[in-house]
Amino acid sequence: MGEYSASELWSIVVMQGFSGLSLFSVLLLMALGLAIIFGQMGVINMAHGEFMAIGAYTTVMLSKVAVEYGFGNLYFLPAIAVSFAMAFLTGYLVEIGLIRYLYKRPLDTLLATWGLSLIMQQTFRSTFGAKEVSAELPPWMMGSFKPTETVDIPINGVFVMGLTAFVCLGVFLFLFRARWGLQARATTQNRVMAGAVGINTKKVDRVTFALGCGIAGLAGAAFTTIASTGPTTGSLYIVDSFMVVVFGGAASLMGTVVSAFGIAQAQSILQFFITSSMGKVATLLVIVTILMIRPEGLFAAKVRR
Amino acid sequence: MMAAGVVVRSVMAADYPTAKVNTTNLAVTDTTVKVGILHSATGTMAISETGSIQAEKLAIAQINAMGGVLGRKIEVIQEDGASDWPTFAEKARKLLVKDRVAAVMGCWTSASRKAVLPVFEKENGLLYYPTFYEGLEQSKNVIYTGQEATQQILAGIDWIAKEKGAKSFYLIGSDYIWPRTSMKIARKHIENVLKGKVVGEEYVALGDTQFGSVINKIRLKKPDVIYAAVVGGSNVAWFKQLKAAGITSKTQTMLTISVTEDEVLGIGGENLEGFYSAMKYFHSLDNANNKAFVEEFKKMWGPKSVVGDVTQAAYLGPWLWKAAVEKAGSFDVDKVVAASPGLEFKAAPEGYVKIHNNHHLWSKLRVGKWRSDGQADVVYESPLIEPDPFPKGYQ
Repeated sequence: MGEYSASELWSIVVMQGFSGLSLFSVLLLMALGLAIIFGQMGVINMAHGEFMAIGAYTTVMLSKVAVEYGFGNLYFLPAIAVSFAMAFLTGYLVEIGLIRYLYKRPLDTLLATWGLSLIMQQTFRSTFGAKEVSAELPPWMMGSFKPTETVDIPINGVFVMGLTAFVCLGVFLFLFRARWGLQARATTQNRVMAGAVGINTKKVDRVTFALGCGIAGLAGAAFTTIASTGPTTGSLYIVDSFMVVVFGGAASLMGTVVSAFGIAQAQSILQFFITSSMGKVATLLVIVTILMIRPEGLFAAKVRR
Repeated sequence: MMAAGVVVRSVMAADYPTAKVNTTNLAVTDTTVKVGILHSATGTMAISETGSIQAEKLAIAQINAMGGVLGRKIEVIQEDGASDWPTFAEKARKLLVKDRVAAVMGCWTSASRKAVLPVFEKENGLLYYPTFYEGLEQSKNVIYTGQEATQQILAGIDWIAKEKGAKSFYLIGSDYIWPRTSMKIARKHIENVLKGKVVGEEYVALGDTQFGSVINKIRLKKPDVIYAAVVGGSNVAWFKQLKAAGITSKTQTMLTISVTEDEVLGIGGENLEGFYSAMKYFHSLDNANNKAFVEEFKKMWGPKSVVGDVTQAAYLGPWLWKAAVEKAGSFDVDKVVAASPGLEFKAAPEGYVKIHNNHHLWSKLRVGKWRSDGQADVVYESPLIEPDPFPKGYQ
């Protein structure tokens, strides 16, 4: 690396570090909703990616409307909230119509939600067309922030990071500080006993599932800042999401955070020193090896069964 | 309802008795002839192939409106390859064996073409293939209406090297056969012919949306030109992240061989402004043929339609087939194939094309500079380039 000056190398280190953090927040945002649904309820939600697509499509549609009426600068933050609401609502209805019949049958939820994902993909295709669409972003979001002459920090990356932090904090407060979270955790640990002390477990299930879906919708809205949206967009992300959840240990939200961080940093560093494709391959190999040693993932839940 | 410049010949079916124009048991009657359309209407490739289907249907509707082919109206049998290569092969067999179609317009990816090729050769069918591709192929049963590598890759690199005085290149593409073969050809040309330097070569998985590390590498290497073949949805991530990282056309030259008007719809013109694409056709092309074509296309498929390079190449298929059938005076595949080399199509929206003995088209290379409204200004137009699917020294 003798051909580069020290300041150039330093700025690359800073930007590469940022790119790792940015990938971390993307992975975490993708996996968080999945982890809540899987960890708390034992439902393997193969349609998670499609709930992201709901969020993304919502944002794209709102961007079209906003640009049409000339308030393209302002729509993005409200759009995120609407995306959450749309995915939450859809999740709520899906729980009532499909998921509640399948609790304690994880393999069946896998099949049923996979079917659901196909139905949703076809619905997107019929509604929005087969072409990929992309939101028109407010100009303030597309720039970069220049702390020194040679360092450029993308604002959309910072934004996704901020959103991820906000969502994580929200989930934490909801599950561990709110009365509601207490009921949810009680239901997960012992459904019968929770029912006996007067917790409406059916309602808890419904809201937890919808919450997971809503977070997927948030992730979808965030992704419109970096990528396009098509009917099959969701299936692109689902593998990465499962990778993070499984590697972290399914029942542990902390595990999800650590696993997303590890995978993102490994991938980002490897991709810099070897090629992009090989970086992914190498990361996967490391994950598989670790899972062979620790099949339950990084953070196994310590639950008496 | 016809493209300007088409010579109208009213041909009566009665002048060409069916028994004479169809000696190989094709689906030709006294009044109709069946033709297949085989593209992905579903699956991940539907995004790209929808435009081809639309263009082919437009051409066929126009041909029918002017009396059909040898006095026979074209009936379309459309099959869905569903972005799945074995399905393409199966549907090709169905079209040729069961439906006995006289010709097929179809395929987009090289993978689907490679899958149907043995079927077309075994059943002696005729395929019109519209996509620009890596070359290194030639079949008696295929007419390639898109451009092969030398007509796009070499001509484009030559232009940018000369115009921008570029010496160092960074190659980036999606990870599958077309970008990899294209980059192999590009690298040989840059190193051996232009005596330039390739400072990086990178492939990202199809559909990948994380370009942070690649962008940092590019920043470190400071190439004169980024030469890109990123395909599909990844393009959106690629251009948005470049812009967010402060790399725009003001500071960096980029030439892509994979961005057409169709992709720009998703990427957003504002993220692409000032970068270049090497194609043979652009929607904004200023000639009478193209104006008529675009107008008819919009009339049939909606006023918001845009036409990309491959969509135009797909439009050529039915017209070239019609011309060959009429020259041969027969629908028999062998006779149509024999009549094809040397055929000219002066009404082509891209201007003028001619079929070479090697079944590819003589065509021009154009370099378009993207505008923020999603259209391109053509800044360079080459003379007609002779197709050469097996260029010496590049394999």
